[in-house]
Amino acid sequence: MGAKTFSHIQQEPLFRELVDKRTRFAWQLSASMLVIYFGFIAIIAFAPQILATPIGGGVTTVGIPVGLFVIVSAFALTGLYVHRANSKFDPLTRQIIEKVK
Amino acid sequence: MRAPKGFFAGFGLILIAGGFCDAFAAGAVEGGTRQGLNVTAIIMFFVFVAATLGITKWAAKRTKSAADFYAAGGGITGFQNGLAIAGDYMSAASFLGISGLVFATGFDGLIYSVGWLVGWPIILFLIAERLRNLGKYTFADVAAFRLEQTPIRTLAATGTLIVVAFYLIAQMVGAGKLIELLFGLPYLYAVILVGALMIVYVAFGGMVATTWVQIIKAGLLLGGATFMALMVLATFGFSTEAMFRAAVDIHPKHAAIMAPGGLVSDPISAISLGLALMFGTAGLPHILMRFFTVADAKAARKSVFYATGFIGYFYILTFIIGFGAITLLMNDPTYFKVAVNGTYNKVTDILGGTNMAAIHLANAVGGSLFLGFISAVAFATILAVVAGLTLAGASAVSHDLYASVIAKGKVAEDKEVRLSKLAALAIGIVAIMLGYIFENQNVAFMVGLAFAVAASCNFPVLLMSVFWKGISSRGALLGGFLGLISAVVMVVLSPAVWVKTFGFKAALFPYDNPALFSMTIAFVGIWLFSKLDASARARFERDAFEAQYVRSETGIGAAEALAH
Repeated sequence: MGAKTFSHIQQEPLFRELVDKRTRFAWQLSASMLVIYFGFIAIIAFAPQILATPIGGGVTTVGIPVGLFVIVSAFALTGLYVHRANSKFDPLTRQIIEKVK
Repeated sequence: MRAPKGFFAGFGLILIAGGFCDAFAAGAVEGGTRQGLNVTAIIMFFVFVAATLGITKWAAKRTKSAADFYAAGGGITGFQNGLAIAGDYMSAASFLGISGLVFATGFDGLIYSVGWLVGWPIILFLIAERLRNLGKYTFADVAAFRLEQTPIRTLAATGTLIVVAFYLIAQMVGAGKLIELLFGLPYLYAVILVGALMIVYVAFGGMVATTWVQIIKAGLLLGGATFMALMVLATFGFSTEAMFRAAVDIHPKHAAIMAPGGLVSDPISAISLGLALMFGTAGLPHILMRFFTVADAKAARKSVFYATGFIGYFYILTFIIGFGAITLLMNDPTYFKVAVNGTYNKVTDILGGTNMAAIHLANAVGGSLFLGFISAVAFATILAVVAGLTLAGASAVSHDLYASVIAKGKVAEDKEVRLSKLAALAIGIVAIMLGYIFENQNVAFMVGLAFAVAASCNFPVLLMSVFWKGISSRGALLGGFLGLISAVVMVVLSPAVWVKTFGFKAALFPYDNPALFSMTIAFVGIWLFSKLDASARARFERDAFEAQYVRSETGIGAAEALAH
């Protein structure tokens, strides 16, 4: 495939749409993961007593569900991305490939 | 609390003291308490070895081309690859180390395990699909896509081999100690056995055999850990509150195990460790290589989804296992070194050290048969990880250094594969020798160093070459090497190495994990030296970005690359 084809694809509005949407979504999700994880670390570093608070008179502390949330959120975020990629980004990619064939 | 005894002792205690790196140790186990021959464990282990050797034989028949050898012909499905990634990533350090850390400190073990998981989403969002679209066999294919082959491949191969070497030494020493303890096999024999098996898997079965060893191991480990966690929860009528209550009553630290302890004492260390774990994962050559084993970007994406699920689930299990060990072991003196007056420390006196908590728990919940099973699983775990590392190292030697740098791409495929097999043999022999030499050395910092180098050299070069049009070969080379050198130097001067290993009084660099600083150096270095590069070559590389960009985003042109 020649350089001409590539520059042709790059100017293709569908390509711009795909790249813009996917890049924005990917960075948003990355930022969410960073905020969740480093937020968790920041609470531990600066206000650990929040996580040490027992829930409803038991011995289970707030820290347990919060830690679990960080783990589950990592999985959920990847799921969100895969869902969006399968339903939106892949059809767009196929359209682009069809168009430049 | 007693001072840690021996180099491998007090895994959790050292960690609490602020030495983050120490906790990276692969299966850090207190030496010297070798058990008698464990017959069940040995039988189960032989079943595993026989099965994996059978698979290797089958894989060897299917491994004909270079694509088969390096990338299993791209024929692994997303789900299989997700399991294999999990098998490649969940080391003995994760299983025994983190459950041991939970056993010793409670909640802090959870904080630590979370760090190992959060890099995966980032790999998915930024790297996985683009890697698959651009590369063929190694991540250097991607980094050197439009840059000068010789310097960038040399840099990537250096980064790969350093990561592989340190990771392997830590695994070999951990394996030797663990096997000595579990199977009653002398240290040297254990190291030779591990080395020999990994050579056979990689040299004869290539990526196909390596992948299936990792898949089987992941299945066994997840199955075994699930059983243990269920047995623990069943003891408490599936009430975690009841389990936590019993743990708080029994553990010498009582309610403190339900809250953050001293793991994160200073924010800079915590952030630096977090960065190393997150972005180091995204720069591990044996992990990145796994993305070339699937057919396309869609399968690469699925692999990370499944891998994240398996790994996250596994860390939840290790947390329950750690608490199970607290509740079911601490009041039972048969698992402890009991003093003449009948007393023992409920944390540090556990037989074999705190990292043996999960192993003892296996006995407590499933008897000697299940103990044998979990011991065999721990061994299988190490084998799967070292096989992946060996293959990554061998590929760097044959595909990057030999085929691209020395032969300038003019090399027959079968010759390249043959060289790769020889490289696997050489790496295996060197790993056995290093494992022997480092038997009584402190290798705990080595996995930390591997992650720091991966985060500070491999990852920045890879990310910038994929996303930044302005990168030039000179910028990538200088920035990458600055990141690599600064990471190594800062680790050597850190408390974990300078003080604890070399015995100097004060560390010259205050933090055990340099990633915050060395990553910054790498990124700024790549940016600065690329900006300053006004050569014709650099202009050509910037112009070539367009074609790379279209291919990395859409996969157009990627399928052709695999076919030849």
